[in-house]
Amino acid sequence: MLIFERSRSGRRAAAQHVSSKGLGLDLGDDLGEHLRQSPAGLPEVSELEVVRHYTNLSAKNFAIDRQFYPLGSCTMKYNPRGAAAAASQPGFLKRHPLAPEAQSQGYLACLYELQTYLQALTGMKAVSLTPMAGAQGEFAGVAMIRAYHQKRGDHDRVEILVPEAAHGTNPATAVMCGFVVREIPVTPEGDVDLAALQAAVGPRTAGLMMTNPSTCGVFERQIAAIAETVHEAGGLLYYDGANLNAILGKVRPGDMGFDVLHMNLHKTFATPHGGGGPGSGPVGVGERLLPFLPTPTVGQTESGTFRWLDKRDLPDTIGRLSGFMGNAGILLRAYAYARLLGGEGMQRVGAYATLNANYMAKRLTEAGFDLAYPTRRATHEFIITLAKQAKHHHVTAMDVAKRLLDYGVHAPTTYFPLLVPECLLIEPTETESKAEIDGFVAAMAAIADEIVNTPDQVTSAPHTLPVTRLDDVKAARDLDLAWLKTQPA
Amino acid sequence: MPFIPHTDAERDEMLEAIGVTTIDALFDEVPMSLRASLPPEMPEGISEMALMQLMQRRAKQDEMSLSFLGAGAYEHHIPAAVWDLTNRGEFLTAYTPYQAEASQGTLQLIYEFQTMIARLTALDVANASVYDGATALAEAMLMAVRANKTNKSKRIVVAGNLNPHYIAVCEAIVSNQGLVLEVLEPDEQTGTIPTDCAPQLSEAAALVVSYPNFFGGLDPVDALTDAAAAAGALVIGVVNPTALALLKPPGQWGASGADIAVGEGQPLGIPLASGGPYLGFMCCRKAYVRQMPGRIIGRTVDQTGQPGYALTLQAREQHIRRGKATSNICTNQGLLVTAATLYLSLLGDEGLRQVALKSHAGINQLVAAAGQIEGVSRRFSGPVFHEQVLQLPVPAADVVNLMANEGILPGLALGALWAPMANCLLVNVTETKTSDDIDHFVTHLANAIEAIKSTC
Amino acid sequence: MAEVRDDVRYLATHEWVKLEADGSVVVGISDHAQDALGDVVFVELPEIGTSFVQGSEMAVVESVKAASDIYAPVSGVVVACNSALEDAPETVNDSPYDAGWFVRLTPDDPSSIESLLSPDAYQALCDDETR
Repeated sequence: MLIFERSRSGRRAAAQHVSSKGLGLDLGDDLGEHLRQSPAGLPEVSELEVVRHYTNLSAKNFAIDRQFYPLGSCTMKYNPRGAAAAASQPGFLKRHPLAPEAQSQGYLACLYELQTYLQALTGMKAVSLTPMAGAQGEFAGVAMIRAYHQKRGDHDRVEILVPEAAHGTNPATAVMCGFVVREIPVTPEGDVDLAALQAAVGPRTAGLMMTNPSTCGVFERQIAAIAETVHEAGGLLYYDGANLNAILGKVRPGDMGFDVLHMNLHKTFATPHGGGGPGSGPVGVGERLLPFLPTPTVGQTESGTFRWLDKRDLPDTIGRLSGFMGNAGILLRAYAYARLLGGEGMQRVGAYATLNANYMAKRLTEAGFDLAYPTRRATHEFIITLAKQAKHHHVTAMDVAKRLLDYGVHAPTTYFPLLVPECLLIEPTETESKAEIDGFVAAMAAIADEIVNTPDQVTSAPHTLPVTRLDDVKAARDLDLAWLKTQPA
Repeated sequence: MPFIPHTDAERDEMLEAIGVTTIDALFDEVPMSLRASLPPEMPEGISEMALMQLMQRRAKQDEMSLSFLGAGAYEHHIPAAVWDLTNRGEFLTAYTPYQAEASQGTLQLIYEFQTMIARLTALDVANASVYDGATALAEAMLMAVRANKTNKSKRIVVAGNLNPHYIAVCEAIVSNQGLVLEVLEPDEQTGTIPTDCAPQLSEAAALVVSYPNFFGGLDPVDALTDAAAAAGALVIGVVNPTALALLKPPGQWGASGADIAVGEGQPLGIPLASGGPYLGFMCCRKAYVRQMPGRIIGRTVDQTGQPGYALTLQAREQHIRRGKATSNICTNQGLLVTAATLYLSLLGDEGLRQVALKSHAGINQLVAAAGQIEGVSRRFSGPVFHEQVLQLPVPAADVVNLMANEGILPGLALGALWAPMANCLLVNVTETKTSDDIDHFVTHLANAIEAIKSTC
Repeated sequence: MAEVRDDVRYLATHEWVKLEADGSVVVGISDHAQDALGDVVFVELPEIGTSFVQGSEMAVVESVKAASDIYAPVSGVVVACNSALEDAPETVNDSPYDAGWFVRLTPDDPSSIESLLSPDAYQALCDDETR
């Protein structure tokens, strides 16, 4: 039932009502023709009804707090409650973004230190914390590449190269920045096709967007040659930080030759996913792109106090990306996480994420599943392909994903990257125990059995959730995007 | 090892199962030259206890006792139930609802949010949010250029009394696709946009109007909407959601209504929190829904005919359409949508209207009282919502610094944004301020002005 | 087995093109294409009177899992669009070669249709793709 269906005319959550009695106002004179004529139609419910309604809704969700969530490329690790509590101190929550610097030193100290840690971990010269999600970080990075070439008068560089297995945000971002996208094939071993890349670069190349480990879940072994190829042609190298968890503390993108990168704090730095956000996508740059960083960033004065750096300090900045200064609350959570882990803790993230993924890949192979790249090491994630099952038993990756829900596990990422047929991209993360991983393998083995013996169970899954499979086609054809005040008979 | 559960025994069992002796061996595909060592800039890890002590100290450093600062982020009372429920692990730690059957809680909630925000703006449909009000406006501009079949133009006419940060963000984002922003100068006396701007609107893709405007004033939205419609330009309204409980919603502006409405959803149950995370809402007429970026939730049925909710129109989004997507947006502001939905459910039309009324009454009370101070007057004439610009006899920045040292944030000094307005202070009052608070403010303001005058 | 009509020509991007007696050209998508797309939920058609250069994007067909561009098979001007697809996009799935047509063009050069794929060539292309 919708909250609107619980509404009853005249019902109120009266404790929330504030009175403006006695303030002596005649709205008619004051606001006149600006007045709203009829109410919007928000729910009319009691406070208990609201609490019960939304508490019950929450119970219908899968969540990291309840279930294992091995979503490849999403890094669904534990969201530390201590980090949330630290970031939610009353002074931080009540602080207005435009408060004067003199009254912002506590907050600015946290941000400045976070900038320093992120620089150190990625091997970059400077960081801007303002982009509000990975996609916005990508936008900032690609916009900086554009600004760099334009500043040098190099207007022919209109192409951005992306591997064919790239995440959809990469080409979408390139187009948003006014570039043309050119795809580079990936070899059957999961590496970027170096020969194809060498043929594709030239005077029209603005840059290459990629990630390492790649979206295929394997380490890009030829990264040095790739960097050289792009740089020699006059292009720049962009690092999509979605897979940073695999190498956190172990390898630095700056050392690999990347000129610019974004990080996903809601992945690597354990800030919560919140049912679709908020995220945070800080960008880091090497020497070449320093002048173009999005503002504001945080700087330190000679006397040790902190201040905002803006267009006056960075005249060539690509500008402001957020109404204020980015997703502050998320930045504080990431800062708190970094303080709890320390340098050693950061190194352990990459180490144990890789251990968990390799262990799981091994056990799944033993259970009869096919790895997409069987000769390669898993990084923090790996891909299995269900092409065999699809061919012989007509059971798809989507079916298996839905059946896993019945086993109390959130499905891994399905059908990404697009170039591996019927694939599941699996990322356990370092915060999961061996027991949890063994449980997942057991569930997969049980489903493998079902595929052979009772395939209907799998193809019509899920069976144990609040709803069965939803009609996507109807959802797109008969658009019902808002509850009408008067429902059709 | 914080958050890593492995015992040494388990680690060794796992390594044996894989067939290696150390975790380092798993990195053998990484060239030795790339292996990094412990970064010296990172301190050692600390306990949760030490972390809390550090953060409490830092947060306390920045605490103020009273604030009249608005300028795009507003201090409203947040009912206790809002974050109590929003912080439930099932909302907080859930992923984006791609597996619809496992996300019916979040999906139904977002559908309810879409409904509420569409009703507030009196438009047909809404999306599941974008990052903030500023980026929502940038997306709306791009959307208008795509959607306007009459005026195929990349020119966007923008009200000059719009939040300057929003204009800056739009410049940074839309200029990459060749869009050009043309700013309309507001009237010197009223601070609103003159209605005779028709010539500039000719052949423009869209007109952007802010309601209330950055100075707190109310523009002639009906006349402006009609002028834009006559010129074939779409109308984008940038609106304050609290204000909409009291003021005319974009869907009812002029003869045919605005086409797209965007704004900052922070006033709806989201704390000031140093500027984020907030929530950008976007609403539009049904005809433009396929041009609207971001996630959209639709109501449908499952195999048994039971109602359910799912992401829909995904073919427009980056993960499917890739280079031809309406936007590159992926993660949005899901948790804040949860908070806003709870807030709107608890307040309802009547509660929200009272918040708006009390805020409105408060600014009028404050300005009347402040006007008693010698040399202080209203900068702009005309009706306002809950903010106004005070003209002071001394630089506003000095007043802000002085009063801030006393724990009071009196508002925003406008000199940094517009040099001729160096003596102007943008002041905001919400329902959280009592008459005593207002008197306190006026007293301190008078004292600050005196102190600054005497040092000149 | 997807149907390949033998009275039309094809593009490698899975559009079919039919030269009518009055010299106009009708465009739609093949059975193979509608099957690959899945249930069609929306079709975006061009405005009547718009001219297109051969190979440029002319229309969009959207399913739940994809949104594909439809390319102009020959240069020409749009004289009619199948507006029935607005309310019944599923017609594209049910009858891709007949009731599910998209656009009718007046071609600049009617003979240019000759250089498009023959039914046999198109069948071979589909077989390759399925392999």
